[in-house]
Amino acid sequence: MSADFLFGVEVLLNGLMAGVMYSLVALGFVLIFKASGIFNYAQGVMALFAAQTLVGIQTGLIPFSHLINAMLGTKIHHFGWNVPTFIAILITIGIMVLFAIIVEKLILKHLVNQEPIILFMATIGLAYFLEGFGDLMWGAEIKKLDVGIPQGGNLWIEESTAFLGGDDFYGFYLDTLDIYATVIAVILVASLILFSQYTKTGRALRAVADDHQAALSVGISLRTIWVIVWSIAGFVALVAGVMWGAKSGVQFSLSLIALKALPVLMLGGFTSIPGAIIGGLIIGVGEKLFEFLIGAPFLGGATENWFAYMLALVFLIFRPQGLFGEKIIERV
Amino acid sequence: MTDAAFQESYTTPDGRKIGDVVMEMKNISLRFGGVTAIKDISFDIREGEVRAIIGPNGAGKSSMLNVINGFYHPQEGEVWFRGEKRGPMKPYQIARQGIARTFQNIALFKGMSTLDNIMTGRLIHMNTSIASQAFWKGPAEREEIENRERVEKIIDFLEIQTIRKTPVGSLPYGLQKRVELGRALASDPSLLLLDEPMAGMNVEEKEDMSRFILDVNDEFGTTIALIEHDMGVVMDISDRVVVMDYGAKIGDGTPDEVRQDEKVIAAYLGVSHD
Repeated sequence: MSADFLFGVEVLLNGLMAGVMYSLVALGFVLIFKASGIFNYAQGVMALFAAQTLVGIQTGLIPFSHLINAMLGTKIHHFGWNVPTFIAILITIGIMVLFAIIVEKLILKHLVNQEPIILFMATIGLAYFLEGFGDLMWGAEIKKLDVGIPQGGNLWIEESTAFLGGDDFYGFYLDTLDIYATVIAVILVASLILFSQYTKTGRALRAVADDHQAALSVGISLRTIWVIVWSIAGFVALVAGVMWGAKSGVQFSLSLIALKALPVLMLGGFTSIPGAIIGGLIIGVGEKLFEFLIGAPFLGGATENWFAYMLALVFLIFRPQGLFGEKIIERV
Repeated sequence: MTDAAFQESYTTPDGRKIGDVVMEMKNISLRFGGVTAIKDISFDIREGEVRAIIGPNGAGKSSMLNVINGFYHPQEGEVWFRGEKRGPMKPYQIARQGIARTFQNIALFKGMSTLDNIMTGRLIHMNTSIASQAFWKGPAEREEIENRERVEKIIDFLEIQTIRKTPVGSLPYGLQKRVELGRALASDPSLLLLDEPMAGMNVEEKEDMSRFILDVNDEFGTTIALIEHDMGVVMDISDRVVVMDYGAKIGDGTPDEVRQDEKVIAAYLGVSHD
């Protein structure tokens, strides 16, 4: 096989792995949108906040230390201990559940039956609040997140695939972190789908997504379901935040991954979980292959930044409900 | 009115036992802004009976059903269920008390299969925690199997085995109505509310549905309150009938009594005002 072809395959693999990460972020949006009709603008900031919290607990930072120091003139920053990663993750999950409960109590409960745009505005407010709150709690500096996943090119894959090509091919270069992230994301997505298909809570989640009134009539409490959905979305945000944070550090730009999820949602449809997954893969593979085949040779490169949005735009023209979204038909 | 005749428990000619009052509506009034949907209506529903609510379009029948299952909260009046006055309750809490319902414009979970739709009816009987559901093996699996058995019985009863796995959105109207009845039945309700169970059906489908309603009442002993337009059907299957017109009650009694009531005839056929 020629080296060019093999390099193309490597690009494809990297695209798939990036795509799985996009899917993961998009999944958080879809879950909340299906259950409550809310486009949750704060999803990206939730990922940032979850990652900040994880690092903070892991490295033994004292919450609100800057605030306390400023008010009391003390100079405290650390508890002086490190919490094992696994325990820190559990505590962070607990905090995300608490966050879901607070969101339900303070925001959703009071906005039942409001227009979608009002709920959307509420989540914008939530996003900015949470961003500031996260910085206040854990400090605004860029933090290094280490959850014990090795980074850098995977030598084993490189060596064991080198035989595929000739002398000018050295094997596929795949980042170990990306491989871990892909595997974890696939497991997470698969278990979410199994959970929603085969458990009674999953069935209740789907019921609420389908018809609020009918769900109430069979004894489902909408408020409980909303707390569950926001908790799951918080958990998904944590996983996304950890994977992206481990790659590029925990910092403000982490919250912008939400923007990458938008074209994925337009492709896959806002209401479809399979849509979010396949949309993510198409965007991931599409932007890498486009850069490789067309962008770099003919357009001067850097097409990855805008390709996803352009693809989404084309989709909006020809199939506004997305690949798997429900067709919007209204009886006159 | 002839309520005195119903003070005691009795047995119907076809051998069903009609027991004490399970639900009593006392002087219910419901207003939407300036529009009065229900005007000072009182009636009761007895254990084991088929109670019909009839009346012309816009008479307030559906509003009355919505009051019973908690979608609407009346401004005046009291709702008594099983001898207790009901406080302000959410619809899902009322559902958990054993009151199930169907809707006039079918409210099924369209993306889900027939089986899953009916399984949602069992939710109020399933108590395992989220953690054990996520783990799946053990209590959650056992609970799922037990409830699935109950649902399969209902599917057999309603003769919808062939569409178990079909997404209900793609089913014909008559079958959707049947699935919706199945979902309501799955919760083993003590009071079943049916909002126009036969609307839009052909004669054959109506006969099927009437048979199911009577069988549910007979075999499971479920108390049924239903709204229906087809007078023939109502007179055939119900024990007692409440007649509403413009939000007010204009008649209450057995089908025969109601049929001969002048006010009822006037509401349905109109009288000359000369």
